[in-house]
Amino acid sequence: MSGMDRREAVEVLLANRRDLVVVTGLGSPAYDAFAAGDHDRNLYLWGAMGGAIPLGLGLALARRDVPVLVLTGDGEALMGLGALATAGAKRPANLTIAVLDNGHYGETGMQASHTAMGADLAGVAKAVGFAWTETVSALAGIEAVRPHLEARQGLGFLRLVVAAGEPPRALPPRDGHRLKHRLRVALGQDAT
Amino acid sequence: MERWQDDIFQAMLEARIEQVGYVPDAGHKAVIRACEADPGIEATVLTTEEEGIPLLVGAYLGGQRGVLLMQSSGVGNCINLLGLPQLMGVPLPMLVTMRGEWAEFNGWQVPMGQATRPVLEAMGVIVYRADRADEVGEIVQGAFEQAFNAECAVAVLLGQKLIGRKRW
Repeated sequence: MSGMDRREAVEVLLANRRDLVVVTGLGSPAYDAFAAGDHDRNLYLWGAMGGAIPLGLGLALARRDVPVLVLTGDGEALMGLGALATAGAKRPANLTIAVLDNGHYGETGMQASHTAMGADLAGVAKAVGFAWTETVSALAGIEAVRPHLEARQGLGFLRLVVAAGEPPRALPPRDGHRLKHRLRVALGQDAT
Repeated sequence: MERWQDDIFQAMLEARIEQVGYVPDAGHKAVIRACEADPGIEATVLTTEEEGIPLLVGAYLGGQRGVLLMQSSGVGNCINLLGLPQLMGVPLPMLVTMRGEWAEFNGWQVPMGQATRPVLEAMGVIVYRADRADEVGEIVQGAFEQAFNAECAVAVLLGQKLIGRKRW
């Protein structure tokens, strides 16, 4: 699967963000988001594989006034495939799921994933009731779709076709308590 | 609604619960219906119980308190994700209706039913249990207090004797 450089893709996706909260799946998407610039509204998961989409859903339902982006990989999304159906059932207009799809499990030795064998995650999202789905394989396409992320006008799914390269690791903070406090404060909640 | 189910729902209202994640179970039926009917509660049906843990972590990050409702078989589906509330210090109250114990007809429910408490405890969840209708309210209330004040994962097992024999 050829595709965009994942670091460039995430940098363009998150450029000029305003109120966006970014929840990342574990592994490369977390590194990519951190490499694009750490932010008080970033929450990096280092485990809980399959949990990024439902975490973003719970946050989006709690704060309809805040745009929420889940940035994850094809392997993490596949592990929690049912969560797409749960999100599709609730349809919060302020939630976008973006999957960096390289067709491989990058963290564990580049084994091929189901998306390399024909599984179509954007098709799944469409089938379970997402308001919009896009597949983008060029940076210009990301710029075109970027305004949707903060628009809060419909549950969205964005498939970003990226190359199966391994950029140098950029390691975000790992302390879960710190990340919790940081995001809650950024959203105007009490620290605990 | 049975009295003890109403006690659960009242405890949820007192604890200012705003999100509920659930996989349906007959023992939770009345509470689920009450949650779905309450405009102040966002009730989310899950495809698997493990979704409920990050769902409620996300809710808490957004300033809302949540409760997860499931049957004992669902605890097995949650194991890895139960690390999340512990790692982040996020409250996670769970109400678990038991199968595979007193008066169980279906042997297929027994292995996970018997493993429910040790599995929860192995993942650092504090476990309480209610077997009598008149103790449910107080136990659930205290479990919510502990979860939200001490920011930890707390489960209440609702015994099969409390729920009653399933009719086959």
